[in-house]
Amino acid sequence: MTLLNPDADEHSAELARARRRRNRAIFTLLAGIVAAIVLFEGFFLLRDSRAPKLVVALFAMIWGGGGMAILYLIANQLVEFTSSQWQRRLTPVVFVAPAIAFVVYFLALPAVRTFIASLFDRDGSNFVGLANYITVFTEPFMLVTFRNNVLWIVFGASFTIIFGLLVAALADRSKFENLAKAIIFMPMAISLVGAGVIWKFIYAVRDPSDVQIGLLNAIVTALGGEPQAWIAMLQPWNNLFLIVIVVWMQTGYAMVLFSAAIKSVPTDIIEAARVDGAGEFKIFFSIIIPSIMGTVVTVSATVIIFTLKIFDVVLVMTGGQYGTDVIATQFYNQYFVNRNFGLGSAIAIILLLTVVPVMVYNLRQFNKRETL
Amino acid sequence: MAKSKGNPFPRVFVNTTLVVICLLWLIPTLGLFVSSFRPRDEIMSSGWWTILPHRVWVTTEQFTPDPSIDRTGVMNFEGATGTFEQLRQGVESPDGKRVVWIGNRRAGTVQVQEKQWTGIPATTLQNYRDVLVGKNVTIEGNAEEAARKGEDMADAFINSMAVTFPAVVIPILMAAFAAYGFAWMRFPGRKLVFALMVALLVVPLQIALVPVLTDYVHLKLNGTYMSVWLAHTGFGLPLAVFLLYNYISTLPREIMEAAIVDGASHFKIFWRLVLPLSTPALASFAIFQFLWVWNDYLVALIFIGNVPGVQVLTMRLADMVGSRGSDWHLLTAGGFVSMLLPLIVFFSLQRYFVRGLTAGSVK
Repeated sequence: MTLLNPDADEHSAELARARRRRNRAIFTLLAGIVAAIVLFEGFFLLRDSRAPKLVVALFAMIWGGGGMAILYLIANQLVEFTSSQWQRRLTPVVFVAPAIAFVVYFLALPAVRTFIASLFDRDGSNFVGLANYITVFTEPFMLVTFRNNVLWIVFGASFTIIFGLLVAALADRSKFENLAKAIIFMPMAISLVGAGVIWKFIYAVRDPSDVQIGLLNAIVTALGGEPQAWIAMLQPWNNLFLIVIVVWMQTGYAMVLFSAAIKSVPTDIIEAARVDGAGEFKIFFSIIIPSIMGTVVTVSATVIIFTLKIFDVVLVMTGGQYGTDVIATQFYNQYFVNRNFGLGSAIAIILLLTVVPVMVYNLRQFNKRETL
Repeated sequence: MAKSKGNPFPRVFVNTTLVVICLLWLIPTLGLFVSSFRPRDEIMSSGWWTILPHRVWVTTEQFTPDPSIDRTGVMNFEGATGTFEQLRQGVESPDGKRVVWIGNRRAGTVQVQEKQWTGIPATTLQNYRDVLVGKNVTIEGNAEEAARKGEDMADAFINSMAVTFPAVVIPILMAAFAAYGFAWMRFPGRKLVFALMVALLVVPLQIALVPVLTDYVHLKLNGTYMSVWLAHTGFGLPLAVFLLYNYISTLPREIMEAAIVDGASHFKIFWRLVLPLSTPALASFAIFQFLWVWNDYLVALIFIGNVPGVQVLTMRLADMVGSRGSDWHLLTAGGFVSMLLPLIVFFSLQRYFVRGLTAGSVK
């Protein structure tokens, strides 16, 4: 008896454990279903809610943040009830799948859908093959658009890099480093729409008989010139007055990265060069610049991407008039204003293609770093 | 550092150049800020820089000249001599006064002016009242504008908050889970999937707007806060995962291994260990996403569109540029209202923002 008992006890205990385990699994599953339903209902509640705005926002934060946490928790619990082999397979799915699902739905899939739309005509009813792409590359208004994007990249990126380097190098030697950096950096906190308002005020023009309240025209008239409508005149050079705005905003970004890179250049190399009698300019161009070349390339890529996608500034300043359209505003105007869905989609695809080289470059950099 | 040994010329050169550049960078915003506090009439009649103390001609005396004076020849008032044409332009006398002939040759008056320092410039909060209030505001003077509707930016401000806060909170946890998965779990296709995530960092939003909008219309989501939260979650996730991955993958391996040896599950390690340790990275992404969503115009424009009562600040401001393009008293105040919160967040949390920038410089 006593010899047999432990076995039987163990057997029944195991059975009880298995039963409890199954019950817990069922309970967790039910909890998961309930949580999912509550979250799903919350979706409709939030969508249709007439409650005060901040209450809705607060509820959304709890719904979003808390709901996510609960779903992850429950999914993880469920996975833990499976065999250890399945656990190894499923746990990564629980961690990674939601983010992937969002990114696929909001970025990857739309690229395919937009490409398909670009092969159809203006209301999407007839297949037209590559006709929209032929329009994109032959219509004069599109060629003006591409020319402007080239201007944006050439002038926008180069001035941002030059000013960023200049400020980073100067600030590194100044006592007012932090103050100066904060001032240059500040425009990054402002929206492009807000920056548009700021600069519209600077470019403001009035009748020559009135007092000029725009700073630029006030300076011009004080020097004896005629007031000019800067953003409407002298095409294509009016684009430069829009590009100035983005240089003003992006220089802070370039400066921060350059500043960090300059500070990591070994001081003993600079010291040695100084001892050898090299001037500050020589040190800058033959020691500092080569050692931060990697950062220069990264910043250039980022700024080029940013200028390629530029939209808000142009829309607010000119709406794309006076020969200032860029790809992103042209997309908006063709799709949402002219309602030419096929052409609008084709322009969006072109915009995607222009960033592919940077995408490839990013991936190369990333792989290089991962294999180190 | 050899900074102290550098000769004095570069030091002066460095600081002067830096000051000039800083002024160039500061003046545009300063102009907006100063103008937003100036009364409407002053904005329209003089540049904002005139609030700086400077000397202007102030009329101290005005009289009708003696009818007997020959007005076709050279005349003399208060020591200033000139013909009628010269006096019309103003003639300065040797003792620093200026004499100006106002009106026509026969029935004009003569003003004697002296240079005086300008006093304290007039300031007002009326502009802010005009842009913030949604109800009718009375404006003195012009009768047709007397009962103009305010720009209701207070409402837009609340909308911006209601759009931004959830759009910052929702993606954070999702991204943290994914970043941990990519960094510390081994599963087939891990590298490939993460590489695709990195590739999506630079995808232009324009590509996504139309298909997503089509689905939103089917789901009756367009014109709601929800549409913008979900869209910003999707658009922000690649950067979030990338930033958090950079941070979480560099956490010391020993800590992780010790926890695994102790029998802790991935979930427990993530919740108890990784999440608290990643606070700096979470903060820098939160600031990024806050500035991005608050300042966004395109996504709000497409998904919220012209539904009234949901418009965010950038949309209101852009509308005002279109509809009230030369009302600088409204535009300057409205512009500043839209910048207030991001500037506060930016300057108080700059450290985290800079860290995020240097870690994720690809977007």
